[in-house]
Amino acid sequence: MSLQFLDFEQPIAELEAKIQELRFLAEDSELNTGEEIEKLRSKSRMLTGSIFASLTPWQITQLARHPQRPYTLDYIPLVFTEFQELHGDRMYADDQSIVGGVARLDGRPIMLIGQQKGRDTKERVRRNYGMPKPEGYRKARRLMLTAERFRLPVVTLIDTPGAYPGVGSEERNQSEAIARNLFDMAQLKVPVVSCVIGEGGSGGALAIGVCDRLLMLQYSVYSVISPEGCASILWKSADRRELAADAMGITAERLSRLDLVDQVIEEPLGGAHREPSLTAERLRETLARHLSDLTALPLDALLAERRKRLRGFGVYGGN
Amino acid sequence: MTWFEKIIPSRIKTERRMRSVPEGLWMKCPACDSVLYRPEVERNLQVCSKCAHHMRIGARDRLMQFLDPESATEIGADVAPEDPLRFRDSKRYRDRLAAAQKAVGERDAFVVMAGTLEGLDIVAGAFEFSFMGGSMGSVVGERFVRGVEHAIAQRTPLVCFSASGGARMQEGLLSLLQMAKTSAALAALAAEGLPFISVQTDPTTGGVSASLAMLGDVNIAEPKALIGFAGPRVIQQTVRETLPEGFQRSEFLLDHGAIDMILDRRELRERIASLLRILLGRPAASG
Repeated sequence: MSLQFLDFEQPIAELEAKIQELRFLAEDSELNTGEEIEKLRSKSRMLTGSIFASLTPWQITQLARHPQRPYTLDYIPLVFTEFQELHGDRMYADDQSIVGGVARLDGRPIMLIGQQKGRDTKERVRRNYGMPKPEGYRKARRLMLTAERFRLPVVTLIDTPGAYPGVGSEERNQSEAIARNLFDMAQLKVPVVSCVIGEGGSGGALAIGVCDRLLMLQYSVYSVISPEGCASILWKSADRRELAADAMGITAERLSRLDLVDQVIEEPLGGAHREPSLTAERLRETLARHLSDLTALPLDALLAERRKRLRGFGVYGGN
Repeated sequence: MTWFEKIIPSRIKTERRMRSVPEGLWMKCPACDSVLYRPEVERNLQVCSKCAHHMRIGARDRLMQFLDPESATEIGADVAPEDPLRFRDSKRYRDRLAAAQKAVGERDAFVVMAGTLEGLDIVAGAFEFSFMGGSMGSVVGERFVRGVEHAIAQRTPLVCFSASGGARMQEGLLSLLQMAKTSAALAALAAEGLPFISVQTDPTTGGVSASLAMLGDVNIAEPKALIGFAGPRVIQQTVRETLPEGFQRSEFLLDHGAIDMILDRRELRERIASLLRILLGRPAASG
């Protein structure tokens, strides 16, 4: 699949097109283009480096939503072994925008839960564009309780525009499904490590994101409302999404300065989709390290630390 | 203005206005348009005596009418908002806060008090919807948690009246995380075996609905309150079909099993006191 470029990557796209052209030319002729190609490649890398050195929060949002960005199902075979998917909430349906199951990480048994967007149109519809309904959150909760029963640490991969706003969602009490997960995850008797791999969209993300360690991929975002949503409410126009993205502080870098993220995982030059296997390797290594830290803690200490972490959220004055 | 008013000379119009009743003594019910005598409405807990419409009510008034007279002491009154993101849209967040504080007379959108209900020690909190739409930021979350901690320390139940549009955008992710913070506090309260009664009032949506408000051991709603995760406008835009009649109103939630009961505001005190006495295994009220 050929690389897709975002609007701000157009200069890179042009260089890459030139490289492609030269490569085709080289195939058909005796011309020695190798040196020229190598020069252009290095120029492209430098250009990418300089563009990516100063991305705006909105550009990072676009990367987080990149159509070629690796999703949960792309990471599973690269990060875990022996994954066995477990389906359904046992009550109503199997929401395919959340994927879950048992697996191993470096040999250690774990429970994996991740949001899944879908790559082509058919798949996107099946995955509801990564927007879970109540049954998705209830499936996640069921798997967490199973994990607790068998002392499996929980790993969650967050990638959703948000919980699905629809008539059925309201009929089946989306609010309760999310709230119940927050309630249960606060006291879940196993370690929970969450990583935002793309979009962390509001309550729909948090509902699988109450954790002992929060990780974010470098070009992922995590926010209380989408930049478009915020812009249409506060600026009265969704077009001001760039301003909203800036104001809300939604990037990994800004959130780690606010002390809300434990570790930011650096992405390959140009973003995770340029080299999924390298991204996956870094993800695997980081998850493994945090899991071994957390599993070394006695249960009381683990829960006390989580309580302290949750208690400490917020910035306010007075006493 | 009617055609009749238009032809009256302006001098007479002014006089007419001057002779009108003192400001605010009469009001119109927003639901049935009946003209109501304001002191009567206040005695009636802001419920229309004609159509039983439940008008919105401020946090402090709500707690004062709910708790026993002279029984309340506020918890966390000093906790005050800051502006961690130095957020600005068309206005600075700081200025919005200052304007809301001046207009509403509260420092933020949630008030919590320890007091008694029919003699029973409780902690009760209420959202102030007129303060930035009752939105939940760091102060709301912190005061709520302090209320829960007080309830745990004193071994009392907790009652919360919600009225909120959701999380406060101007504090970004910190606001979202208040959902986790308040829910975690409620999990601790539940682990202590103490009851939480959630009363959802008009309107309760977004992050408040999807955290503390739906976590009651008993979930109560006032009649015809708008309660839901996503706002009706967002859903309309997503599904592009007309929403069912009464969608996301208290009665709809009762039908779909989301809440335990709908109670008229005028019976909240008595019914919640009875519920709490039963849940706590206390004897029935005497008399």
